[in-house]
Amino acid sequence: MALPELTGRPAARGSAPAGPVTLGVPRWILAIAAVGALFIVLPIVGMTGRVDWAHFGSLVTSPSAVTALLLSLRTAAASTVLCLLLGVPMALALARSRFPGQRLVRAVVLLPLVLPPVVGGIALLSTFGRRGLLGQTFELLGVQIAFSTTAVILAQTFVALPFLVLSVEATLRAFGARYEAVAATLGATPSVVFWRVTLPLVLPGLVSGAVLAFARALGEFGATLTFAGSLEGVTRTLPLEIYLQRETDPDAAVALALVLVAVAVVVMVTAHRPRGLS
Amino acid sequence: MIRRHRLSAALVLVLATGLTAGCAGQAGTAAAPVSSGSAGSSGSSPETLTVFAAASLVGTFTALADQFEAANPGVTVTLNFAGSADLVTQITEGAPADVFAAADTKNMARLSDAGLVAGTPTVFATNTLEIAVPPNNPAGITSFADLARTGVAVVVCAPQVPCGAAAATIEAATGVTLTPVSEENAVTDVLGKVSSREADAGLVYVTDVAAAGTSVLGIPFPEADRAVNSYPMGVVAGSPHAGLGASFARFVTGPAGRVVLEAAGFGTP
Repeated sequence: MALPELTGRPAARGSAPAGPVTLGVPRWILAIAAVGALFIVLPIVGMTGRVDWAHFGSLVTSPSAVTALLLSLRTAAASTVLCLLLGVPMALALARSRFPGQRLVRAVVLLPLVLPPVVGGIALLSTFGRRGLLGQTFELLGVQIAFSTTAVILAQTFVALPFLVLSVEATLRAFGARYEAVAATLGATPSVVFWRVTLPLVLPGLVSGAVLAFARALGEFGATLTFAGSLEGVTRTLPLEIYLQRETDPDAAVALALVLVAVAVVVMVTAHRPRGLS
Repeated sequence: MIRRHRLSAALVLVLATGLTAGCAGQAGTAAAPVSSGSAGSSGSSPETLTVFAAASLVGTFTALADQFEAANPGVTVTLNFAGSADLVTQITEGAPADVFAAADTKNMARLSDAGLVAGTPTVFATNTLEIAVPPNNPAGITSFADLARTGVAVVVCAPQVPCGAAAATIEAATGVTLTPVSEENAVTDVLGKVSSREADAGLVYVTDVAAAGTSVLGIPFPEADRAVNSYPMGVVAGSPHAGLGASFARFVTGPAGRVVLEAAGFGTP
């Protein structure tokens, strides 16, 4: 079912002007915005100034650095998939259904955003750890989560999931339920409505949410360190490698930090298109 | 349109909160200045001494700073604890430290090489490794060689940090090769993995076991003598309180310091 009108802006209502109107932003607001942008950009520039460019190549291609980068990319990709599988149904439940305690549930779901990651790590440890709530059950099934790559993926999913849920839920609410209602009155079952109306409708929010989740997973540090530990090739992701290198080789730490920044920027620029921009 | 803007604004706000929280989490091991006592309790001129000390000295140096203040009216000692490597970075970046106490000679050498140590540092304590196990010792560890048994989840420090370097020295000296499940950044992380019973055993300092109380059980092993860690202390070059810094160093290496350090498990150099 093609819904071409949905890819553009929602139809103007009432007496709203038909054509796009360029709204002027007051200069003083632009000035403050520039200060804000500098606040973010300057530290990155400052760090770039510390890079030992003569040895940059050898620093970022050391076996431990490459291992850490590949582990980071693999685990962040896996947790993004997990976020999509779990997050889209969560966003739908929050945006499209009514149930008792919904506001409380939303607050709890968003908790990882405000929890210090190290607290998230402790929470995961007391749930999936060897002595945790579910850890012993997993151990009986022969699954050892502690100190494994699985633990890294769980930690990343825990902190990244709210980004996806928020993004998809916001998109769902912005579009409203009218297209889904029309499809339903035309006889489509809820599942058909989901696959052929809702999912195409939220695709932009889904993509930007997935990108944010991936970026957050890529930068995950505190929960991973607390819950998964740090072992080369198994649990030592790039942020953990940077943290460790800082102890003995600050040049390597800065070089790797720049790689992480570059990966994050590439991901955000290529895939993250906020709605409203074309 | 208005609704859309409001939603994206809300999203930005939430993202910002998340990032702030992220920073807070990563600051877990960062330095937190601790001020002890108050200045100017008597007529003598108030003076503040800023001491940067290794994280493993939190208990002992807090007690020693209190005693030093009591013995020197008008003096306030401000303490800043972090990993030795972090402290060196902070001082070389211009943090206002008067005295630096490191957990190993390597980090003190880094500060000396940067021309930031006045005079020669004094070694004021030693520390050795000990095996830490959960109180019920689930893997039945009794010796260093037991750590290499298959199925024993051992956590050590990474070789890049002092406690990991010491573990590697002992491995090389004994020919016992460990296959740890995790190589942590700090000795406190190793201790955490053991006290939460995630790991069956960990290699930490004698003083860490002493400070951990009943949450872990310490198992001394004779091979620990192969890697004795020295704690040097020096006055930071250019400190405006060099005289006071030197007298604090003498206080730590003197009888009062010995009592406090030995009670915490530190050895005499």
